[in-house]
Amino acid sequence: MSAPTLLSGRGLKLSFGAVPALVDVDVDLWPGEMLAIVGESGSGKTTLLNVLSGRKAPDSGVVWYRDPNDHLHDVHAMPAPALRTLHRSDWGFVHQDPRENLRMGVSAGGNVGERLMAQGARHYGNIRDAALDWLAQVEIDASRIDDLPRTFSGGMLQRLQIARTLVTHPRLVFMDEPTGGLDVSVQARLLDLIRSLVSRLRIAVVLVTHDIAVARLLAHRIAVMQRGRIVETGLTDQVLDDPHHPYTQLLVSSVLNA
Amino acid sequence: MKGYNFAYLDEQTKRMIRRCLLKAVAIPGHQVPFGSREMPLPYGWGTGGIQVTASILGRNDVLKVIDQGADDTTNAVSIRRFFGRTAGVQTTTATAEATVIQTRHRIPEKTLREDQIIVYQVPQPEPLFRLEPSRQETRRMHALSDYGLMHVKLYEDISRFGQISISYDYPVMVNERYLMSPSPIPAFDNPKMDMMPALQLFGAGREKRIYAIPPWTRVKSLDFDDHPFRAINAPHPCGLCGATDSYLDEVVTDDRGGRLFVCSDTDHCAERRAAGHVGNDGFKEAAE
Repeated sequence: MSAPTLLSGRGLKLSFGAVPALVDVDVDLWPGEMLAIVGESGSGKTTLLNVLSGRKAPDSGVVWYRDPNDHLHDVHAMPAPALRTLHRSDWGFVHQDPRENLRMGVSAGGNVGERLMAQGARHYGNIRDAALDWLAQVEIDASRIDDLPRTFSGGMLQRLQIARTLVTHPRLVFMDEPTGGLDVSVQARLLDLIRSLVSRLRIAVVLVTHDIAVARLLAHRIAVMQRGRIVETGLTDQVLDDPHHPYTQLLVSSVLNA
Repeated sequence: MKGYNFAYLDEQTKRMIRRCLLKAVAIPGHQVPFGSREMPLPYGWGTGGIQVTASILGRNDVLKVIDQGADDTTNAVSIRRFFGRTAGVQTTTATAEATVIQTRHRIPEKTLREDQIIVYQVPQPEPLFRLEPSRQETRRMHALSDYGLMHVKLYEDISRFGQISISYDYPVMVNERYLMSPSPIPAFDNPKMDMMPALQLFGAGREKRIYAIPPWTRVKSLDFDDHPFRAINAPHPCGLCGATDSYLDEVVTDDRGGRLFVCSDTDHCAERRAAGHVGNDGFKEAAE
């Protein structure tokens, strides 16, 4: 793979006191690609996501991001306003709990429109049209546009969060267990939605999940983490069908029909 | 007055407040923290404004104090008398004669001049406080000029009520940089802040913040391209002086639905009546 990467982490290290959360982690992400990070609880998946997205500084190591003009940026050396702008436009973050991201006191339309307004959109009609368009794309009925998120079901909240995140057409989205806490049928529908949106809009995604089935369904490549290290990485099918590392073998064998 | 320093505050405090005022003028719309003192009146009655006024008052100044546009309400009378006694400065009710005007909730109708200073009493200096509870976060938003949230509030208003429903304390952008609360003046007065020749100072005593707008600074009320800002006023002429371009108070006159719309700026109204203007209810009042 010689094509330029979109996001690269090199030699990332971070420990919380005596507990190593990341040990010499190298990660690469290419444009339009979906990378799943799997591993058990406490293996450092979410920490890695936070470090890659610039939300948490590593003890050492760098994260490079290539912007649309082909300039490389050291994410952790960027000035705060630039990083904030990145998070509001080119990047997106989908939380496990949509309540962390959504404004529960603001209508669905306002939630979807916020990123547009933060970018300087000042035409009410256009903002509303964009909100309606995105609600339709995530299969939320247009009549719910002025309803508060607290009247929405769990699956709808998660879809609303996705609409809110994708409205600015980001190139890179970080997802932290997007299907966690949802029941199985809602999960399947949501996974379907994420897969079609991501492939249609050619968004690169870093997806953290403990659910191997989710990784199998969505991801092109997979990285397996254990105690802060990436122990195995490769194409999803390859890793899951022919796991080499003993921990990956254990992980795969512990899941029915993975 | 014996036993008190000129204009009540001690000189060290005045110096501290003046330093904050200088910083505030240098960064239009930015909230500068200051060491607010205990004043002989409760928070919410103008402790911020009174401290700013005390720090800028000189012996030759002429002070006017208004409360909701009126010179004769309790707050205005008390503060005017306070400075009359502690500073011995000349006081007035005529807008044109004043060099310093302390105000609560209004800007005088008469256009202010370059040699005048208007001091606002501010209850809540943070324009984002109803939207973002964390002060740390609102400070960061100001620092990064990240004001999408304020527009979300305006969006919500339009989607719910069909128009922006903020009638007072309408948020403004100062010098195209800082989002600012204009203090609870009616939205009707917002356009007067834009390119005002007079210096505008804001003091919030309880919240311990000072901010300012230098003369001839751009002040823009937030809006959408397709829902532009508009000043709201009662669709009547003033009952006493017949003015159609001034901000009106609604006064209930009896228990049978009778009401009277009069200028909230009493000086403006009195001046017009002295010049011979008479409204529809003016004759009635004179006849009774």
